[in-house]
Order: sequence, then structure tokens, then C-alpha cells
Amino acid sequence: MSFDVQNLIPVFVALPLGMSLLIQLVARRLRPLAELLSIITMLMLALMSISAIGGQGIYHLGGWPTPVGIDMRLDGLATLLLMTVSIIGFGVSLYSVNYMRRFSAGSHFYSLFLLMVTGMNGVILAGDLFNLYVFLEVAAIASYALVAFGCAHEELEASFKYIVLGSLSSVLILTGVALVYGITGTLNLTHIATRIAESGMEAPMLLAFGLFICGFAFKSALVPFHAWLPDAHPSAPAPVSAMLSGVLVKAIGIYVLARLAFNVFGVGETELSLLRWLGLLSMVAGGLLAVGQKDIKRLFAYSSISQLGFMVLGLGLGTPLGIVGALYHLVNHAMFKSLLFLNAGAVEYATGTRNLRELGGLNRLLPVTGATSLVGSMSIAGIPPFNGFWSKLIIVLACVESGFYGFAVAAVLVSIVTLAYQLKVQRMAFFAGLPKTLVAVRREPPMMALAMILLALGCISLSFVLLSGLREPWLIAAAQQVLSSGVFGN
Amino acid sequence: MSEPHKLRDRGTGMSMTVKTVTRWLKGPILLFGIYLVIYGHITPGGGFGGGVVIASAFILIMLATGERAGLSVFSKAAASRLDSVGLLIFLLLGWLGTWWAGGYFFENFIQTAETGHFTVLSGGIIPMGNLALGLKVASALFLVFTVLTAFHIAVESPTGQENTGAQQRENEK
Amino acid sequence: MIYSLCLLLILIGLYGVVASRQTLKIVVSLLIMNHGVHLLLLLVGYRQGGNPPIVDPGATMTNFANGAVDPLPQALVLTAIVIGLGVLALMVALCVRLYERYGTFDVTEIRRLRG
Repeated sequence: MSFDVQNLIPVFVALPLGMSLLIQLVARRLRPLAELLSIITMLMLALMSISAIGGQGIYHLGGWPTPVGIDMRLDGLATLLLMTVSIIGFGVSLYSVNYMRRFSAGSHFYSLFLLMVTGMNGVILAGDLFNLYVFLEVAAIASYALVAFGCAHEELEASFKYIVLGSLSSVLILTGVALVYGITGTLNLTHIATRIAESGMEAPMLLAFGLFICGFAFKSALVPFHAWLPDAHPSAPAPVSAMLSGVLVKAIGIYVLARLAFNVFGVGETELSLLRWLGLLSMVAGGLLAVGQKDIKRLFAYSSISQLGFMVLGLGLGTPLGIVGALYHLVNHAMFKSLLFLNAGAVEYATGTRNLRELGGLNRLLPVTGATSLVGSMSIAGIPPFNGFWSKLIIVLACVESGFYGFAVAAVLVSIVTLAYQLKVQRMAFFAGLPKTLVAVRREPPMMALAMILLALGCISLSFVLLSGLREPWLIAAAQQVLSSGVFGN
Repeated sequence: MSEPHKLRDRGTGMSMTVKTVTRWLKGPILLFGIYLVIYGHITPGGGFGGGVVIASAFILIMLATGERAGLSVFSKAAASRLDSVGLLIFLLLGWLGTWWAGGYFFENFIQTAETGHFTVLSGGIIPMGNLALGLKVASALFLVFTVLTAFHIAVESPTGQENTGAQQRENEK
Repeated sequence: MIYSLCLLLILIGLYGVVASRQTLKIVVSLLIMNHGVHLLLLLVGYRQGGNPPIVDPGATMTNFANGAVDPLPQALVLTAIVIGLGVLALMVALCVRLYERYGTFDVTEIRRLRG
């Protein structure tokens, strides 16, 4: 099993890249072929990542040994993220078959989509710092282009804001890489970890760490670095919003923060408290700003910021329970936030508007959307027995266990605020009476309905993951990986 | 269904002097670019730098002789195809590395000891990688330049009018 | 000492991004920031009085390793420059499209998204 897994590692990056280029070459005019290729690719990626559970390995690119060559590493945390990316990408690619019909440049969408998946897989599997940066940029460039895909007014403006802030954060990250290379003379993550474990963190290394935190906090939209997210995620087409908010922000934001903070730099009390306060700020600010929104997708975007705060708070606790809670919340949030964004997209597809004041009574007209959005809203609000309840409970318990009662109270309060704005969406969009203006409403097409049902089933099945047989192989392994600070992937 | 692509032809390019000098220079520039790509594993250069120089030769042709003539030398469809083909060749080179014994991706499966160092044919798969990269970078840069300058895609506004924002401001004045 | 000049370049670029009113000026300022960071990365590999990292047919490996500047940052910066080129192309295309949509390059007037 582990032999197979090791040879599978570069395929995660090479397969979507090759398919993206193939789509450009062959399926320019034939959109059904492009759709078929991308769905097959995402399905294969999903199956490969599920088969990689429990596998660990280092893949030396080109056969060069470690200090000289480029490594790709697979461990528990990487497997968790790979599964998240592939499964949600599969659902989104099913959804976009119908949703992207109204855009004429359809096959370019699938090329860019697969390019973004390539970048994310590359970041997840990267074993050295510069490859991390290169694949980060690949994913980021694909996402800039995808946000601007429809070329409407808001999409272009949001994409411009996103690209400027994204480039700023990339400059910060590259400066950090330069500093780390100058101090340690190596770019390999394991060697940097050993070097730091031996000689401690002097001032230049602390500066590099600070630059990394700032740069990746931009990418993961932590307050106060969140300014691009409320514009970029709503304006993008719905499948793009689902991928961005559900996966990209986590794969290139939270994952890299966890990797660098825990495995490479080694956390002390100051770094952990920094993470905790960033998490608290994002939780509270995101939740409060979400309550007053009228646009469905903008509300969900602020809610993403709030839930990301939960994850970073869990990471910042540093205890095993906290990290398990944070990782579980990461997977949960990927599942239900992308489901919610797909629902918002279906609402927009059917009615042509995203304004909550103009919507109402959609439960009768769009039954699949209504049912799945009920599942998604109850999950994110933390109502038992859905998955959101368990992950938030674990994070709150971890706060209490570590003695941070103030953070625990804040987490509970923000959960109540989450419940409030989700109920608002449900009431105003789905349960209220049908307004007169919404008479010509199209039902959702079959592929979109299928994708939403798949993700809703994913949400429900995730709530059973905490049973002791199921949780060991992937969730606990990932948490153990995070906690083994210092040398990883050995 | 697709937006009309209007080729905005601003006359037939630049003056006679520029056109004559371009006719002389485009060969040496192209040759220099190809030299950079081929010798990229021995001297500084390689796929990136050589590809930029090759692209600049084609851009020079397009600048000097106008959009139509420039595109007839190296059309947009051909550039797009070569772009994808270049990178696919690079990936194929990497994948071929997995077939050899103990193979890894991008393993250098041609032994240098047989061909000697410091010649053009040394370095295993690296010169081939350089060629593929040069192809890709040249066509990608040429494509970027073409799309940004020569193709003016008419933008449909959401209300269905053909007025773009620029024209609306003109109308308001 | 020379690293602080790189930092100065980065800060000039940052000032340009913050204070520019036109989208194209923001793009150029981001380009200047990128140049500053690339210079920083390149200078990390410098060695006083070092040779270019090209191996002559008659050189030995120890002589080369002791005398040449570090070639790795040069390769890294080459990659980073190409990445910057890709982002630049995308930004310029966005600026062109923004002009077609909004009719202006002025950032203060491209503000439909608020809240």
C-alpha cells in the first residue's frame, strides 16, 4: 500500500495540469468534452486521495537525494486536505456543468479550474519552501482569473482588488522565503525545521516568521487582512465562490499556517497566543458583520471569515483536542460552506437576484435547494446532530480545558450569532411567502441538484466521523502530524 | 453566441525605415533566441530567457508591419496550440522518467557519461526541457501581447446595450 | 547595507500601491515591489568577489564551490520573475476590461461594491 502511495504523489499535481492543457488543446469548441474531462479528473483525484489514507511518504523528484533535490511529502495532514480538495472539487465540477452554460467561454473555465486544483495540490504536497510559493502563485493566478470570469462590473472590480492584495501578500511571502534561505541556507522544510530546533529562533528568523504569518493571514482572510474576501467571493460565479471559500482559502491559507507554525518553525507561547487572538478577532468581526448583510453571498463570505476564525482559534490552542477540533471544523466548513454557496448560486440561477429582500418562499419552487440549504444552515449554525455542532463543541471544550474561559464564551456567543444570521437567510429566502415579483422561476437543473445532494450527504456523513472506528485513520492522524513539531514526514 | 472579435487595424504599421530594418533584424533576433534556448544548459539562458527573445522577434514583426501581417506570420490559434503542446511535452518528459528503472518523475534518464560534458548534447533531458519551455514561453508571451493589443472584444453590458462604459462617458459629456 | 536599499525599493512600491489613483499606476507599483523582492532574493546568494556560477571545462569542483556565487537564488529569481510576468499580464488585462466597463482608470470611481 505504501509503495503505491509513494508513486501516486506526483500524479496529484501532474494529472490536473495535464488535463487542463489537454482541454485547452482539444476541447476548445467542444464544451461537453471539457466538462467530461474535468469531471473524470476530479473523480480520479478523489479516489486517489481516499486510497492514500494512512500512507506516508517522501517522493524525490528526479531521483535526487534530499538536500539537493525537490521533495514532495505526503502525511496525515496532507491526506486530509487532499481529500477535501478533491471531493469538493468533484461536487463543484458536477454543478458547473449546468451553471456555466450561460458563459460563452466555457472550456476556459474548466482549464482554469483544473489549474487551480493543480496549484492547491502542489501546495499541499510541497516539501520545500520555494515550491510552496510557486504552486501558491499558480493557484492564486487561476483564482484571480476565475473571479473575473463573467466580466461583469462587480466581478472585474472584485478581481482587481483581490489581485492587488494577493500580490502584496505574495511579496511578503517571498521576502520571508529570501530571509529563511539567507539564514539557514536551505529551502527544504525538514532541514529548516531541524536547523531551527537546534539553534532556536533568533531575530531574523522571527522576522521571517512574522512575514509568513502576515502573508498567509492575507491568503486565509483573517481579520485585519480580510478586505478582499467580502468582494471577491460574492462576485465570482457560484462554483468559483464555492471552491474559493470552501477549499482555496483553507488549502493555501490555514494549511500552510499550520504547517509553518507547527511543523517548521515550532510554536512557543507567543505564536500560539497570536494565533488565538487573530482567531478571536476574525470570529467576532466576521460574525457581527454578517448579520447586517442583504446579499446572500456577501453574508456567506463574512460567515466564512468568522468560521476561519474558529479554526485558527482551535489551532492556536495548541492542545490535541484543539487541533482535532480545528481540523474537523476545516473539513466540515469546506463541506457546508461550498454547499451553501452552491445553493446561493442555484437561487441566483433560478430567480436572477441575490438580494434577500426580494426573495422568499423558495422552498416550494426549488425543493432540492431548500432542503440542502436547510441541512447546510443547520450544520454551520451548530445544531446537533449535524457536523458543525460536533466541531464547535470540540473547540469550545478545548478552550475550557486549556483554561481560556473568555475565548470559550466568545466562541459560544459567535455560534449564537451564526445561528441568527443563518436563520435570517432561511426565513427570508426560503420560508417566507412568495413575493409577487418572483413568478418566473426556473427549477434547478439535474446536475446542479445532484451536486448539492452529494454535498449535503457529505455533511450528514461527516457528523458520524467522530465514532471511534472512523476517526482514527484520517482525522487523528492529521492532528498527530500537526502536533509532531520539528521534523515531519520522516 | 460568441462575442465578435474586431481586428483593430490602425493602418499598415510603422514607417518604411522601421519596416526595412525589421526585415533585416528579425532573422538574427530569432536566431539569437533559438541559440539561447538550445545552449541553455551550458551557458546562462535556457527556456525562459530564450523564449522571451523569440517572442520579442514576433512582437517586433507585428509592431512594425501591423496587426494583420503580424498575425499572418504567427496566428493566434497556432500560438494557443503551441502553448499547450509545449507544456504537455514538458510533462511528458517528466512522466517518461517514471518508466525507467527506479524511475522518478523528471528523472534524468539519459546518462551524461556517454555523451560527455559541456557539449550541446550533454545534460540528459534538460535540453529537451529547455526546448519545450522555450516553445511555451515564446508562444505565451506572443499570445499575451496579441490579445492585449490587437483584439478588441466588444463587451456586452448587462442591460443588453452595446454601449461600453467608455462610450457612456462620452455620451454624457 | 545593500539589503536596506532593497527594502527601500519595496517600500517605494508599497507607497505607490497605497497612494495611486489610477489602476495602471498601482500595477506599476506592484511591479516595483516585485523587483525589490527579487533583488533581495538574488543578493542573498552573493559572495564578495565571487565568480559567476559557470563551470569551465578545466575547473575542479572545490575551486568552483569556493569561488562562485550561489546559483540557487538565481534560479529562484528567474522563476519568480516569470510568475510576476504572469500576474502582470492578468492585471493589465483586468485594467483594460475595467476601463471598458467603468469608463475610467480612476480607482476612486470604481466602487460599486461596498458594505
